[in-house]
Amino acid sequence: MKIHEFQGKNIFKHYGIPIQDGYVIENLTDASATIEKVQQEFNSKAVMVKAQIHAGGRGKGGGVKYCPTTKDALENVSNMLGMNLVTPQTGAGGQKVRKVYITEALDIQKEYYCALTLDRAKTKDVFMVSSEGGVEIEKVAEETPEKIIKVWIDPLIGMKIPQARELAIGLGLGERPLKTAITMFMKMYQCYVETDASLVEINPLVLTEDDRVVALDAKFNFDDNALYRQLDIAKLHDKHEEDPTEMAAKEYNLNYIKLDGNVGCMVNGAGLAMATMDIIKLAGGEPANFLDVGGAASAETVKNGFKIILSDDHVKAILINIFGGIVRCDRVANGVIQAVKELGLEVPVVVRLEGTNAQAAKTILSESGLAIVSAGNMQDAASKVVNAALEN
Amino acid sequence: MSILVNKDSRVVVQGITGSEGTFHSTQMLEYGTNIVAGVTPGKGGQMALDDSIPVYNTVREACTQEKATVSIIFVPPSFAAEAIIEASDAGIGLVVCITEGIPVRDMVKAKRVIDQNGTQLVGPNCPGIITVGECKLGIMPGFICQQGNIGVVSKSGTLTYEAIGQLSNVGLGQTTAIGIGGDPIIGTTMTEILKLFENDPQTHGVVMIGEIGGQMENEAARWAKDNMSKPVVGFIAGQTAPPGRRMGHAGAIVSGGDDNAEAKMRILKECGIIVCESVAEIGKKMKNALNN
Repeated sequence: MKIHEFQGKNIFKHYGIPIQDGYVIENLTDASATIEKVQQEFNSKAVMVKAQIHAGGRGKGGGVKYCPTTKDALENVSNMLGMNLVTPQTGAGGQKVRKVYITEALDIQKEYYCALTLDRAKTKDVFMVSSEGGVEIEKVAEETPEKIIKVWIDPLIGMKIPQARELAIGLGLGERPLKTAITMFMKMYQCYVETDASLVEINPLVLTEDDRVVALDAKFNFDDNALYRQLDIAKLHDKHEEDPTEMAAKEYNLNYIKLDGNVGCMVNGAGLAMATMDIIKLAGGEPANFLDVGGAASAETVKNGFKIILSDDHVKAILINIFGGIVRCDRVANGVIQAVKELGLEVPVVVRLEGTNAQAAKTILSESGLAIVSAGNMQDAASKVVNAALEN
Repeated sequence: MSILVNKDSRVVVQGITGSEGTFHSTQMLEYGTNIVAGVTPGKGGQMALDDSIPVYNTVREACTQEKATVSIIFVPPSFAAEAIIEASDAGIGLVVCITEGIPVRDMVKAKRVIDQNGTQLVGPNCPGIITVGECKLGIMPGFICQQGNIGVVSKSGTLTYEAIGQLSNVGLGQTTAIGIGGDPIIGTTMTEILKLFENDPQTHGVVMIGEIGGQMENEAARWAKDNMSKPVVGFIAGQTAPPGRRMGHAGAIVSGGDDNAEAKMRILKECGIIVCESVAEIGKKMKNALNN
């Protein structure tokens, strides 16, 4: 689960990590008062106006603006609220800006990068910092990897002060900011662990002209599997940042991602679902979606799956590909029949059922009298559904 | 011969009295798996599965009383990592964890403990292991397997079944099939499984099924290039998966790229793996490889 910058900064504040502070607004009518409040409270005539969406690279898309005067600030808030912000990390469609964060503007001496995340290969958390902060950090990592300093943390011991010191020294900080940074890194690790975060990233972390170390940004990602024990974090979820169909699928316990093609597919298991999309493409079609109905595909799940797929009116044909292990194919077949009868499907449906009770399922489908196309193997299923989509 | 488990493996089921545990233990017993004990804290002294299997409060008791050597876990996600640690501390050599949805933080700790104890963990969030005709330690449909000479290792569940089904259809039976799981932290890597198959005389070829994300397939391929004498047929799912809406840069910096399907397929090919462009070719390509 992702959250907004201002929410991440509130978490930092709670842990005593110094932040570039401000207030968030959703309505233009609150703009003047909030700008004034930020100017007075943080003693900063100039302010920053920052679009709040769940993607990085906001500056590149025009979602972060320095505003030396109140007039500039008002103008930028009014431009940003409601705009569709496209950044290198949003995809071409962009993301609608519903919230704008107005913060103090700081005089910056130098920018750094710091992040905590899991290193899957080492099966440990890694804390990384770099003196080359700012937007091009991935390029730095690729071209001059020695400029990224990393420490790996023993999960049973936790982060130790010498590790935090190694990171802070690596940034080349002077005596006073060095101490601040060490404390800050320790708190960041504590915050990362205690909130079940999978990512905490500050880019940039800045050294101000008056030698303070401050988080200018805050990116958090949380482990969905741990949300059951992170109720305060779970409350931060912003539904507006999710695709509405994907949200609806989630309510049905289905894992759905919309794509651009016209061949809908419903599959059990994420790996098989991806392989099904791939073979549709190889057969000359374009998959309309990824849909994993999970390990317990029942008649109800199949019906809900149809509803979700058909909410996309580009879909010209549907392929159902189920390899029954725990799932019994005869139950899936009955689900398909029930769904077709209830929803009155107007697009051709190709069904490939393999595994537990597959033979019984085939009989059920062929005796149903419905125009459902049965397929033998994945190749056969892909060709049939792509042809059906072309003809429809 | 086979790898990891066989008919002599003495199995303890952690979470045997839960609905998942009961259902799959029954299926495993029917397949011939030598289940010797179950563990459910608080239900020690009872009998499970139609009065046939003794239930203990702890894994240690199951080890002492029934000489269990292998464990399979069907415990809910919030307790599963502790169940892994309990099995490891009790001296179990191989733990298979089926549970899906374990918090990563819990798994990072569990992984550290099992590495220290020298326990082999398969999973979590995986279909388990099947040594055909001898021992099913998982949730896969046993009837799709045939005894033979092909090893299967996969990150995915149903895609493993698809591969097994195709092998059986072209007349190639299997030695052992293993789903290692696709979670961020897993106990056993593809490379470790390839090593075991390379050293198993009964296995003549290996099917390796990966997907987008991580570097595990690439590492396994590089290992195979230098060490593997048997043909390896590979498939990577997710050629059409859209790049996710990313957040931040840390993930990219740590993994270092090359984690999409195209890059993995290229690396596999460079390492001499027989790569299937289409999932439908797995069985056929293995058959051809063995005939050459």
